[in-house]
Amino acid sequence: MRIELQINGEAHEADVWEGESLLFALREQLGFPGSKNACEQGECGSCSVLLDGTLVCSCLVLAAQAEGHEVVTVEGLADDGRLHKVQEAFVAAGAVQCGFCTPGLVVAAADLLKRNVYPSDDDIREALSGNLCRCTGYAKIFDAVRMAAAAL
Amino acid sequence: MSETASPKLELGRVGDSTPRIDGVPKVTGEFAYSSDLQAAGMLWGHTVRSPHAHARIVSIDISEAVGMPGVHAVLTHEDVPGEKRYGLEFADQPVLAYERVRYYGEPVALVAAEHPEQARRAAGRIRVEYEPLEPVVDPERATEQDPLHPDRPTMSHGYRDDPRPNVVRSLLIRHGDPEADGEVTVSGVYEVGIQDQAFLGPESGLAVPDGEGGVDVYVATQWLHVDRDQVAPCLNLKPEQVRIHLAGVGGAFGGREDLSMQLHGALLALHTDRPVKIVYNREESFVGHIHRHPAKIWAEHRSTRDGKLVNVRVRILLDGGAYASSSTAVTSNAASFAVGPYAVDNALIESTCVYTNNPPCGAMRGFGAVQVCFAHEAQMDKLAEALDIDPIELRLLNALGPGGSLPTGQKITGTLPVADVIRRAAELDIPEQEELPRDPMRLPGGSGNTTRGEGVRRGVGFAVGFKNIGYSEGFDDYTAARVRLDADGSAEVHCAAAEVGQGVANVILQVARTELGSSDVVLAPHTTATVDSAGSASASRMTWMAAGAVRDACRAALEERQQNGGKAVDVERIYRHPRTTPLDPETGQITGERAHVAYACAAMRVVAEVDVELGLTRVVWIGTAQDVGKAVNPQAVTGQIEGGTAQGLGLALMEEIQTRDGLITNASFTDYLIPTTLDMPPVVSVLIEEAEPDAPYGVKGVGEPPTVVSTAAVVAALRAATGRELTRVPVKPDDIVGL
Amino acid sequence: MDVLTPRSLEEALRLKAERPDAVPIQGGTDVMVELNFDRARPAVLLNLNEVAELRGWSQADGKVWLGAGLTYSEAMEPKLAEALPALAEASRTVGGPQIRNRGTIGGNLGTASPAGDALPPLLVCGAEVKLASVLGERVVSLEEFLVGPKRNVLAEDELILGVTVDTGDESRQTFMKVGPRNAMVIAVVSLAVRVDGDLRAAFGSAGPVSKLVRAELADADSFPQRVAEAASPIDDVRGTASYRRHALRILTKRALDRCLV
Repeated sequence: MRIELQINGEAHEADVWEGESLLFALREQLGFPGSKNACEQGECGSCSVLLDGTLVCSCLVLAAQAEGHEVVTVEGLADDGRLHKVQEAFVAAGAVQCGFCTPGLVVAAADLLKRNVYPSDDDIREALSGNLCRCTGYAKIFDAVRMAAAAL
Repeated sequence: MSETASPKLELGRVGDSTPRIDGVPKVTGEFAYSSDLQAAGMLWGHTVRSPHAHARIVSIDISEAVGMPGVHAVLTHEDVPGEKRYGLEFADQPVLAYERVRYYGEPVALVAAEHPEQARRAAGRIRVEYEPLEPVVDPERATEQDPLHPDRPTMSHGYRDDPRPNVVRSLLIRHGDPEADGEVTVSGVYEVGIQDQAFLGPESGLAVPDGEGGVDVYVATQWLHVDRDQVAPCLNLKPEQVRIHLAGVGGAFGGREDLSMQLHGALLALHTDRPVKIVYNREESFVGHIHRHPAKIWAEHRSTRDGKLVNVRVRILLDGGAYASSSTAVTSNAASFAVGPYAVDNALIESTCVYTNNPPCGAMRGFGAVQVCFAHEAQMDKLAEALDIDPIELRLLNALGPGGSLPTGQKITGTLPVADVIRRAAELDIPEQEELPRDPMRLPGGSGNTTRGEGVRRGVGFAVGFKNIGYSEGFDDYTAARVRLDADGSAEVHCAAAEVGQGVANVILQVARTELGSSDVVLAPHTTATVDSAGSASASRMTWMAAGAVRDACRAALEERQQNGGKAVDVERIYRHPRTTPLDPETGQITGERAHVAYACAAMRVVAEVDVELGLTRVVWIGTAQDVGKAVNPQAVTGQIEGGTAQGLGLALMEEIQTRDGLITNASFTDYLIPTTLDMPPVVSVLIEEAEPDAPYGVKGVGEPPTVVSTAAVVAALRAATGRELTRVPVKPDDIVGL
Repeated sequence: MDVLTPRSLEEALRLKAERPDAVPIQGGTDVMVELNFDRARPAVLLNLNEVAELRGWSQADGKVWLGAGLTYSEAMEPKLAEALPALAEASRTVGGPQIRNRGTIGGNLGTASPAGDALPPLLVCGAEVKLASVLGERVVSLEEFLVGPKRNVLAEDELILGVTVDTGDESRQTFMKVGPRNAMVIAVVSLAVRVDGDLRAAFGSAGPVSKLVRAELADADSFPQRVAEAASPIDDVRGTASYRRHALRILTKRALDRCLV
């Protein structure tokens, strides 16, 4: 089926199989592979995107359900080539190792800081509890979010 | 496929916390992982897997599948043009199963189609008739059951001749007088469940036919050249016709040492003459790669009344699953480190790995040392209690160090600051207990809101462990690096060392910048096409080996350029660490100067709160001191320690592949749990930098020691909180409650 | 496969009548897993995201109406959390924020998993489920609605509109969920307790369906044992029957300590 989506502020069209997830459509049909395919069942957050401004797992959204809605992916966070503060902080804090969880965490952290300008350490932990990371043990991810919060 | 060199590294020499060279593309989503690749005309590959743990294949009928919409190829073992079996060390694993299947999820057939859904539908039409056979699932009985590999692929490799069926390898270390008596004896039996690497990036890659009979495979792997050397013979191609290129790797931890889609993708690509992409889903990833060996360990420690170890007797049984993978080396490692980093004059250690129809096992971070550390540290605490000696004092009293020997007879000739890491970790201040009431997120049970403080007890645990750095027992272990140095001083470094997230790309660039005195250095794509092997990104060896090779190549390039009057040069150098030799097959003693190259140790202190009525845990704080040689990039080193600690904590508290008659019953992130942000405490890391004499810049590997020690340390804290023995990991709520 | 996206409740009910094999999909947290892992290939998916009538909640006369499309995140918002604290606590235990932003009460009812986190809090609040088809509406109690593991009384031409729950006057309530890690778990066992004139407990993951147990206030001492005895847990990949029964006793005791103040 043919669907039309708003991704990072621009209209895109794709021909998808009806049972396809938004994640698969973004990655394979629409040219946005930044959202990652780690578990495809909402347990890891690697595919996190904003759907009408709400943080969701794109693996659990049917591509057809996103039609007519605004999708923001990790590719849409940087502003005209200038990294989002969260992105800068992830690099500076050493919060990236293999990086497969990073796009989802960056989107989730940006979402947190949009809603909560001064998050406590507990707020950060709870807000990121839907994002699994296997490399870092999370310590430097928390550092990055604190760093970004201070910079924003 | 377009491949580009890394950007230039603007800052940073050896010793600097330079941000990752791939950091920016990873935070923007531009970094191309193996599952992100695409090519014009690309097909999707799909693997048909065995639903049985053990069965005879009666017939395979692909006739219906080949005519399905969008399908371009359906392949079985009959379509494998070369060798029918491959393997990391022993070629005992079929490319596609023939005659019988030996584990749940073993690949049986392949499909290539235009859309993955078409491939799945066609896969469903392949009719495989199986005759189920009784699976070998109890490792303690495996040596009495019919052999799964009658041809005994691991025999006649210089290992001890063990005639029992289904033995992958057995090793006996006899040290001093193995019958020596002590004044006090403690014994215990310990078990470790099957842990999974659970890297987030699933197995995936793209195979592209070159139009001349060869193939390029872009894949997430740990060792490009050994992949090539396994793939080429099965395709009946020359090594140079198979080029393996490193695509972005979403974590590895040992789980990418063995082949996944490389051969299958290449077979489909050559058969269809189209690029073929294969991406495992999470369920397939769990069944499609090897795991950490589950173990059962019987230990007996004999000491003097004042705490000096007299004799340590350990029997280790490892379940290797259906194929050999790296089991023979894991068997040996478990034996080598069974006593822990302690000096003891007498020991008897028997380590055996068996074939079964359980999930196949191989390399995972810690590689045999994790399992035995859990046992030896429980034993040391038990001994301390029996002797009424402070457990830290007991460890210090027996600490191994330079000049001491392993039970294999090998002298510690390099650095091994065991006493120092113990003291430094023990000195760290632990946090005061937090007051109640607290948000449930700060209590055992976390978001489950199960306690307001009822039933919560606090415990502090301690553990120390060590492990070898680099490949052992006579393996010809080397790393190549090639440096193209231009007249203007700019340089391009080629090294096939796999960047799996650990940060070896920065190591290479920081070393090159240090040696060349220039920031105008780029790292070329990692590939088998332009440079010799780097060996594997495993065994905590890659930093040491890559640093050595790049250093040597840079120095040679500078020298050569000076000699030729400043013209551009292109030199390749091979670096080798000190040579090792095998252990004696009968006594387990060294046959030359060394069986291992070097060691690294770590000590860890853990504070945990346990809800003893519900059996739930919150680890509150972790402090650790680790022997790191020289930190090439301190930020990356602490990142390795924090991440490695999390994996050990996972094994202690929640991670286990569960099976029923050999079938995996929790192949998902819903039921195979890894630590979340609410499970990992802050980690205080003390880096002990004592330069390793034989290593470039004095470096040591840092990835494994935290994982080796953290499982033991976390469980020690749980024992302190609960007063229970807790002899099996992962510790289940039932064990804490006493059901 | 077809995807149908109705824009109103009327259209949704008409489509469901025409295509009774259509599988409703709202937050996708259950249905998409089935699709992604090739466990289900429904002929038709009925996307309910655009049906505004299913959204939101309202409160009147000691009763709260929860639309089937109410998300867990919405259930955690302060105003609703004040009216239904156990449901808010249960919602906080569901998945991560991404799941709570998409997963819905209606989905939990439709899936009818024994582990459904919203079910115990709804049971102790006397939830009544409103169902509709083109032929009309009907109301069934949640206890009657749940008939077995992943089975409910929903007819094939019906959709779930929402639930009505009783907030009570002086109701004290709490929810607890046991899992082997501190976030993002399917319940090994869960429990909601409400004290409001009498004692009510409902458990999850301890029997084929979530079940309500009631007692007089005077029987508080024996209540933990009664709740544990009412359960019929099994051994599975997430836990053992004996642990589940044991945990229910502890949880009920602790819940009463919180609610009987």
